[in-house]
Amino acid sequence: MMDRRHVLIGLTASAALAPSMALALNENQARDLITAVIDDINTVIASGKSEGAMIRDFERIFARYSDTSYISAYAMGVDGRRASTAQKRAFSDAFQAYVAQKYGRRFREFIGGRLEVKGVRRVKRWYEVDTTAFLQGQAPFNVTFHVSDRTGQNLFFNMFIEGVNLLLTERTEIGALLDQNRGDIDAMIADLRRLS
Amino acid sequence: MVTSSLFKPLLLVATLGLAACGAPEGSVTRDGILDPYESGNRKVHEFNRGLDRAVVRPAGRGFTTVVPDVVEDGIGNFATNLGMPSVMVNGLLQGDLETAGLAFSRLFINTIFGFGGLMDVATAFEIPEARTDFGETLYVWGVAEGPYIELPFIGPSTQRHTVGRVVDLFTNPLSYTLDSPEKYWGPAANIGQRLSDRGRYSDTVDSILYESSDSYAQLRLIYLQNRRFQLGQEDPSQEIDPFALETEGF
Repeated sequence: MMDRRHVLIGLTASAALAPSMALALNENQARDLITAVIDDINTVIASGKSEGAMIRDFERIFARYSDTSYISAYAMGVDGRRASTAQKRAFSDAFQAYVAQKYGRRFREFIGGRLEVKGVRRVKRWYEVDTTAFLQGQAPFNVTFHVSDRTGQNLFFNMFIEGVNLLLTERTEIGALLDQNRGDIDAMIADLRRLS
Repeated sequence: MVTSSLFKPLLLVATLGLAACGAPEGSVTRDGILDPYESGNRKVHEFNRGLDRAVVRPAGRGFTTVVPDVVEDGIGNFATNLGMPSVMVNGLLQGDLETAGLAFSRLFINTIFGFGGLMDVATAFEIPEARTDFGETLYVWGVAEGPYIELPFIGPSTQRHTVGRVVDLFTNPLSYTLDSPEKYWGPAANIGQRLSDRGRYSDTVDSILYESSDSYAQLRLIYLQNRRFQLGQEDPSQEIDPFALETEGF
């Protein structure tokens, strides 16, 4: 109970901070955003909750700090152009649950480990936040976040692990699901729900 | 002088190999990947996946379970240390004296103070990792990446990386200077290291090979991005502009 309340307080506290984050993005804000993401992830991992409960928490973190509409639209690729509004909405929901499940399960490996922010730099109209992951029994590796204020809020819209890019990886995955369903968007969404 | 006379024929072979495998037109995938041999590659991929399921995965998991972590680390360190002469040679060929120097220091320190390379003392002394291969040397020399290739037993590669792997079999001075059975220690340690990695990163590898909807396309993409990242090679996908997409409705 204590743990759950702790996380809820954390989430409420970050919600209260949100308006101040709506200022024009700069290096410090990009860094702060990623620091907050890392802190929240660490809190969830340290909570010792069941895997299912942790994955629900990750889904909330993902919804709170990432540009979910952009990530969903990118993952659907050109097929997004022929999707109806209802299909886009349904896809976006199913996709977020799927991403939280897929990456949340992997965050178990972060138990006992830590992420450290190494540096921030501006790239065109967004910021790149470089972090190093130190996990138990593994050589340190690079995790990079891309942050923008496209939506008027500072959110991360892409993540790289040793150069491997979340947006491209997931677009390949969704493209393959669409191919398996001969381009049927509804069937693809149904498959995506089964995966999460 | 010895190296240059050794390299000439090898380079000739490599260059001929690259020239002979000129890719046909119109073989770029949806992800912008050059993969003219996709149908053949997919057959190799199925073979590799079958091999993994039947042999490598169970062996790797067994290995990690049975062998104590300290011993696993030792095998990995030993294999990495034996690769240092090759890293040194490639560092020099790239004009990268820092990598060559680091490889030399690591080899020296770990061999002398790390019980013949079983312990990675150099890392404890905060000496940075030194990692390179002849594929990277070719990249530095301006050779193009070439088409994607999935190799049997070895896995994802590119034409350039494949040539590099072949040449690296010969650039490691140890393969010339050691007598048997010592010359088999390196390959044996490498196999041990691969099994150990397969066991330790079991969940990650499983998620790519057995949980993605198209494991071939997923592995291809992940390998290429990671390889380009390691080489510091320009990759347009590293700069996806979030303002360049209509997201209404999502």
